[in-house]
Amino acid sequence: MALNSKIPAGPLESKWKTYKSTCKLVNPANKRSLEIIVVGTGLAGASAAASLGEMGYKVKAFCFQDSPRRAHSIAAQGGINAAKNYQNDGDSTYRLFYDTIKGGDYRSREGNVYRLAEVSANIIDQCVAQGVPFAREYGGLLSNRSFGGTQVQRTFYAAGQTGQQLLIGAYQGLERQISLGNVEMYARHEMLEVVKIDGRARGIIARNLVTGELERHFGHAVLLCTGGYGNVFYLSTNAMGSNVTAAWKAHKQGAYFGNPCFTQIHPTCIPVSGDHQSKLTLMSESLRNDGRIWVPKAKGDNRKATDIPEEERDYYLERRYPAFGNLVPRDVASRAAKERCDAGFGVGSSKMAVYLDFASAIMRYGKVEAHKQGLGGADKDAIYKMGKDVVKEKYGNLFDMYAKITGENPYEVPMRIYPAVHYTMGGLWVDYELMTTVPGLYALGEANFSDHGANRLGASALMQGLADGYFVIPYTLGNNLADDIRTKAIATDHPAFVQAEKDVNDRINKLMSIKGTESVESFHKRLGKIMWDKCGMGRNAKGLSEAVTEIRALKNEFWSNVRIPGDIKEYNPELDKAGRVADFIELGELMCKDALERNESCGGHFREESQTEDGEALRDDEKYMYVAAWEYKGESQFEMHKETLDYEVVHPSARSYK
Amino acid sequence: MQHYNMNLTLKVWKQKNSKAKGAFETYKVSGISSEMSFLEMFDVLNEQLVAEGKEPIAFDHDCREGICGMCSMYINGRAHGPWHQTTTCQLHMREYKDGDTIVVEPWRANSFPVIKDLVVDRGAFDRIIAAGGYISVNTGNAQDANSLPIDKQKADESFAAATCIGCGACVAACPNTSAMLFVSAKVSHLALLPQGDPERKTRATNMIHQMDTEGFGSCTNIGACEAECPKGISLENIARLNREYIGAVFSGSAEG
Repeated sequence: MALNSKIPAGPLESKWKTYKSTCKLVNPANKRSLEIIVVGTGLAGASAAASLGEMGYKVKAFCFQDSPRRAHSIAAQGGINAAKNYQNDGDSTYRLFYDTIKGGDYRSREGNVYRLAEVSANIIDQCVAQGVPFAREYGGLLSNRSFGGTQVQRTFYAAGQTGQQLLIGAYQGLERQISLGNVEMYARHEMLEVVKIDGRARGIIARNLVTGELERHFGHAVLLCTGGYGNVFYLSTNAMGSNVTAAWKAHKQGAYFGNPCFTQIHPTCIPVSGDHQSKLTLMSESLRNDGRIWVPKAKGDNRKATDIPEEERDYYLERRYPAFGNLVPRDVASRAAKERCDAGFGVGSSKMAVYLDFASAIMRYGKVEAHKQGLGGADKDAIYKMGKDVVKEKYGNLFDMYAKITGENPYEVPMRIYPAVHYTMGGLWVDYELMTTVPGLYALGEANFSDHGANRLGASALMQGLADGYFVIPYTLGNNLADDIRTKAIATDHPAFVQAEKDVNDRINKLMSIKGTESVESFHKRLGKIMWDKCGMGRNAKGLSEAVTEIRALKNEFWSNVRIPGDIKEYNPELDKAGRVADFIELGELMCKDALERNESCGGHFREESQTEDGEALRDDEKYMYVAAWEYKGESQFEMHKETLDYEVVHPSARSYK
Repeated sequence: MQHYNMNLTLKVWKQKNSKAKGAFETYKVSGISSEMSFLEMFDVLNEQLVAEGKEPIAFDHDCREGICGMCSMYINGRAHGPWHQTTTCQLHMREYKDGDTIVVEPWRANSFPVIKDLVVDRGAFDRIIAAGGYISVNTGNAQDANSLPIDKQKADESFAAATCIGCGACVAACPNTSAMLFVSAKVSHLALLPQGDPERKTRATNMIHQMDTEGFGSCTNIGACEAECPKGISLENIARLNREYIGAVFSGSAEG
């Protein structure tokens, strides 16, 4: 199938305006008889379900958690970007567009990214109208801060809990639609299959996780808003339940998977403390506004951080990238940390960590406070105390979290941090209308591949999730459903539903009948280790080929030796997890194949064979300026289709933050 | 921080489903690292149970970074355990020493029926939000965000109330199983903002009405909710909710 991205013709800045003015509409009476299924209730899903409910569609929303409010968007810390230019620092829609294209290392679509930048300002307006309590200045106006890969302050935030506040806003909107009867909510339900009729997505099979019963649900269209697949690495900053299952089922039903190897490794996470580790915790990128990253200049320096004098510290980001300093994009900062640790300069007991230090920020803020309060002559301790209060107000919850996890006081000693898997830029391939290659099946938010290229800039995930849900899908869905208004709801005793349910049932029975000796958790850990070692921050052809072989062997072992206790028709988290890990194993193979095929370095994808003399990523635009869209052709069989990226406005150049 | 290992005895509530009768079961775990989180200790126990061919203990958890509100263990008689303003997932094993016995129960409240073991149904909270915990604004062309300046102190207070994670520890900690702290946090979040003003009366009365319908108990100003709240939601919010509610009822513009 030829890929058609359906980018509207015309100049970049008028594409979306033209689309909105000319797309087909569905009249209110017809909306009432059109049923929409929304899977996942994070920022993309909750905002889409609420908005479509408001418009009059009959919506069913599904989440595997006990409440839609728990989706992992809730954990996003730092902020959300918007081209408001409230700080008068030269921001504009074009600049946000340009930063995002460049940040993504020229592997995203201009049309999509420009639309994202264009609607960003509306998102902030919408959220404030809903009562999202963003941080404000004393004058009562909204406050901004900086994030990586930009030289303006365009990030809106609510302490270190921006994702929570935005999700609660969308969740409240969703609950309002539930109370009005426009949305039916199915919590503790997991989607296990897409049902296709005459080539179109017409519903899903979901499992009620409390009773274990399978359910059939019809929809004129199905929206997957199911997040990313970082948990393929076992250890990541994702929630324990975050999974690829819905997206993977869609993939096996014909939805192409775009750039699966594009993974974001976030530079500032709390390091692994031992084999027991179940997840990794992010320390927000916003900390790099004020924290300085360093390692000792001497190899194997075992002194306490506070005993190492200033001149013996290597602020390696400031040294290597003077223009952006500590605020280089995530991929660059992560690789730089790995380089220092691999070279023997790491700190902490594992030596796989670097310092994130707030001492100078605390004193700087302290002096400002002292000045404000007319205490110019205050002593060092008093200044320190005032500065500490300012830092506490900005980042208090993050510092508390760090202290609880590590038992150390980050106000006194620098944080130890190390990169960890955080986000996946890859995802289901979608066109400009967010539709996958299966008609009627859409993917929104992190679940799609569309806007971040090979590396996402900080504070842009929240922006994209809400852009897709609030401002894009309400138009693009209508444009397609306008042709579907004559389709009556299809009864779920249709043979396609019967067959899909049978397939799901067979797979569950097969999993339960293995009765092996090794736990699901153990298989997941083993998969994670292969992925991290061979498809992580540095990748090469040899390692990736080995990984494919190892993953296939792991898959065979899983399907012959996994042990799942309990029964099918009951609340059985081990069974839920088994299905997810089985899908992660298959996805892992595809990620390695994709990484193997792309013999260039771009963004978060670093092929060791393709780097400059000083170790920077080396792109190959001649050969790889495309989206790799993979089609599922049967077990371990994938065929790649290319969507060539045409840059009409931006001229791709070597990405430099020096 | 000095790291050490420990052996522990766990007494954990086991209950097959909402209809079955539950009971405590005793387990031994060994080699628990002081660097583990409390839930990672449960992971170790569950792996052990799977290896022995037994069913693992069901417990709710997801983000494991203290923000999703899903984890919900009642540990040695305290919601989320002994650490101040900490969810179960952020409680770490350095709190315990070798040989300790730890008793773990689900949230106990009639309005939160047990689904299995330590997992309870908190759907009542969603229904309370659905009754009025929102600002009725459709997606569309909202006015420019900065056209509505909001006093920083009010905005900060509103944010502090909005940090509630909906975990239900307040209900579990309260001898009356009152949900007033949860409800008051949402009412405060919205009542402190000018955007929330038009619906403040119906919001307070409708949410209180739903809270009563769900069977939560009355507030008698004990303060256990505030003491055990992992996000430090203040009792002042309950005072504000009472003012909002009384204001609504006596103005006659909303039903009591």
